[in-house]
Amino acid sequence: MTSDLSHLSGELKERAKKVLGRSLAIREVDAGSCNACEVEVNALSNPVYDIERLGVHIVASPRHADLLLVTGPVNRNMEIPLIKTYKAMPEPRIVAAMGVCAISGGLFKGSYCCHRGVAEVLPVDVFIPGCPPRPQAIIQGIMEALDMMEAKRQTERPKGILP
Amino acid sequence: MSVEDLKEIMEGLPPAILPAIAHWEADAEQLTIQVEKGALPMLAGHLHRKHHARLISEHVADERREEGCFILYLVLILPRDKGVVTCLAEIEPLYGSFPSITSEIFAANWFEREVQDLFGLTAEGHPDPRPLMLYDDWPADRYPLRKDFDATVPIPRVPSHYAFKRVEGEGIFEIPVGPVHAGVIEPGHFRFSVAGEPIINLEIRLGYVHRGVEKLSEALPYAQGTFLAERISGDNGYSHSLAYCQAVEAAAALQVPERALFLRTVYSEMERLYNHMGDVAGIVLDTAFTPGAQMAYLLRERLMGLNESVSGSRFLRSLNCLGGVRRDIDHVASLRINAFLVKAKLDFNDFKMKVLGMPSFLDRTETTGVLSLEAARQLMVVGPVARASGIDIDVRRDRPYAAYKDVSFNVPLHREGDVQARFLVKCEEVYESISIIEQALDQIPAGPISVHMSAVPEMLARFSLVESHRGELMHWILTGAGCPHRHKVRDASFMNWPALEVAVPGNIVPDFPLVNKSFNLSYAGNDL
Ligand code: SF4
Repeated sequence: MTSDLSHLSGELKERAKKVLGRSLAIREVDAGSCNACEVEVNALSNPVYDIERLGVHIVASPRHADLLLVTGPVNRNMEIPLIKTYKAMPEPRIVAAMGVCAISGGLFKGSYCCHRGVAEVLPVDVFIPGCPPRPQAIIQGIMEALDMMEAKRQTERPKGILP
Repeated sequence: MSVEDLKEIMEGLPPAILPAIAHWEADAEQLTIQVEKGALPMLAGHLHRKHHARLISEHVADERREEGCFILYLVLILPRDKGVVTCLAEIEPLYGSFPSITSEIFAANWFEREVQDLFGLTAEGHPDPRPLMLYDDWPADRYPLRKDFDATVPIPRVPSHYAFKRVEGEGIFEIPVGPVHAGVIEPGHFRFSVAGEPIINLEIRLGYVHRGVEKLSEALPYAQGTFLAERISGDNGYSHSLAYCQAVEAAAALQVPERALFLRTVYSEMERLYNHMGDVAGIVLDTAFTPGAQMAYLLRERLMGLNESVSGSRFLRSLNCLGGVRRDIDHVASLRINAFLVKAKLDFNDFKMKVLGMPSFLDRTETTGVLSLEAARQLMVVGPVARASGIDIDVRRDRPYAAYKDVSFNVPLHREGDVQARFLVKCEEVYESISIIEQALDQIPAGPISVHMSAVPEMLARFSLVESHRGELMHWILTGAGCPHRHKVRDASFMNWPALEVAVPGNIVPDFPLVNKSFNLSYAGNDL
C-alpha cells in the first residue's frame, strides 16, 4: 500500500506541475453526503497522505478553485448552494463527482428530495467510484481531473480575457 | 425495573389525568399508556417532573389505513434505566393537530417541528413553529411521511422567507456562515449576532442534508435496511446499523448468538476509537497546536487501517446483518488487534501528555463553550457532551446491549461542561474502549456468528438504543409487511445541536470552531 501510495503521489505532483505550473485548488461541496466521503477527503490532509506536499490545496472559497469535488446525491436543499458554488468558480473549471451517491444517487436514488447524482445538475468531468472512495482513489481521481483540465485549457479560453 | 415499579407510576398519576387514560399495560420492559391527546402535556410534564423521565423521541406514525388516525408516540426513559414509558395518543386526521408538550419538556421542541414538517400536523401552542427539516421553499400541502404522499409528482419550489431571530442594538451586526463552509465539513447555516468579538446570539439552521431516509426505509426490505442505516451518518454508521438490527431482531424475537454479541461489542468500540481520535485531534487543531493534532490524526488513520484489515472496510461497513454479523475475528486477527492496541495506547499517552502540557491549549479550552448542568438537563443532551456537563448517562451501562454486560468499564464524568471537559471525557473513553475490546476478545465464546432471520410479525413497535461515539441514538420501528411501516431514527446529534446554541454565546467568534469541534455533531444524522 505504501509503495502504491508513493508511486501515486509522485505522479500527481508531476502532473500538477506540468498542467498548472502551480498548485491545484479544490473546493469540496457536500450535497447530501452521509459524511463518510468528507471523512476521506479530510484524511487526504493527514500525515499519511498529506496532499498539500503534492501541490494539491483544499481551498475555502470557490473563487480560488480549479476543481469542484462534489459528494452526495444532490439533495433538494443543497441543489441551489451547489449551483451557486459552481457559478462562483473561474473557468476553466472541472467537476468531480465523488462516491456512489454523487455518481448515481446510490441508496438515495428515488427519494422525494434527491437527484440521481451530480450529473443531473452540473456537467461532470470525472467520476470517483467507491462508498466512500479510499484516499488513494481520490488521488487517482484528481489526476484524471488534471488531464481533463489540460484538455479544457487547450480548447477553451477563459472568458473575459482577450486572446 | 420490575412490573411493580412501573405499576406504581400509574398509581401515582394525578387524578386529573386518569379520565383521559384509555388503556395502559406494563411488562418487564416498558409501560405503555394510551391517552387522549389533550392530556399529553400534563402526563409528559408529570413524568418529567416527578420521575425525572428523559425524552428519547416524539414522533408520529401514519396509521390511517390501519387505525383510522395518526398516532403520536412519546418515548420517555426513567433515570438509570428504571424502564421506558411510551405514551400514545390518537390524532384524528380531520383536525390534524396535537397539543405541544414543549412547554413541559423543552427537548421536545425540534421533534414537534419535525412532525409539523413531515406530517403536516400542527403542534398547538408550540413556541417556535418554523420549518426544521424541509427547506423554506417546500410547498405547504406536501407531507412526505404521510402514506398517501406521491413522490413521483414533482415538488415545486415556492417563494418564502425564513425568519431568523434578530438581535438589535448599537454596534450589533450579523455574521451569516454556511451552508457551504470554508473547511471540508457538512452543510449547515450559522447565524451569529455579534457585538465586536463576543457572540451575543447564535442561531443554527439545519436540514440542508435532508435526504428522506425515513421514507426510503419504508420501501426497503429489512435485510437491506442495514445498508441504509449505515449511510444515515457515515462515521457512526456501525452504531446505526446495530440499532436497526437490534430493533428488527427484537420484533422478530430473535436470539443472536453469543459470539456475534461479542463481535458487535468489539466493532462498536473500534468505531468509537477512530472517531474519538478524530475528535480530540480536531479540538487540538483548532487551538492551533498542529503537531499535537497530527499525532492523533496519524493514530486515527492507523485505526482506520486496522478497521480495514479486520473487517475489509475503513468504516466498518456491511458488518452487521439481521441475526448477527457477517465477519468473524479469528485468532490471528485478534492477536493483531491486541498488539495494535498496546502500541496505540502508548502513542495516545504521548499525545495526551504533549497536549495537556501546552499552556496555550489549556488557555484556549478552559471555560470555553460552557454548557451548564442545568442547561444540559433541560435540553436532555446525550453522550460525551452530557458526561462532560456532569450528567451520568451511558446506554452501554444503563441498558446493556451486545456483550456490554459481560465487560467492565468506567463511565468517565466531568462537571465543568467546557471544551476541555469534553476533550478529557473523550480521552478517557479512549482508554475504556481499548480495555473493552481487550476484555471482549479475551472472553469471546466459540460458536456461530449469525443465525437465520425469522419472520417479522406485522404492526409491532420495537426500538433500540445504542451508544455511538456521539451518544445515545435510537431506531424505532413499527413493523410492516416485509419492510418497516414506520422507521424513526434519532441520532445523538438531534438532541445535542440545540445545546450548541446555548454553549456558544458569550464566547468570541474565533472560539466558535473550537466549541463546535468539541461537540462534533453530525449534520447528516440530524437531517436524515
Ligand atoms: S458515496 Fe457512500 S460514503 Fe459517500 S456519501 Fe454516499 S453513502 Fe456516504
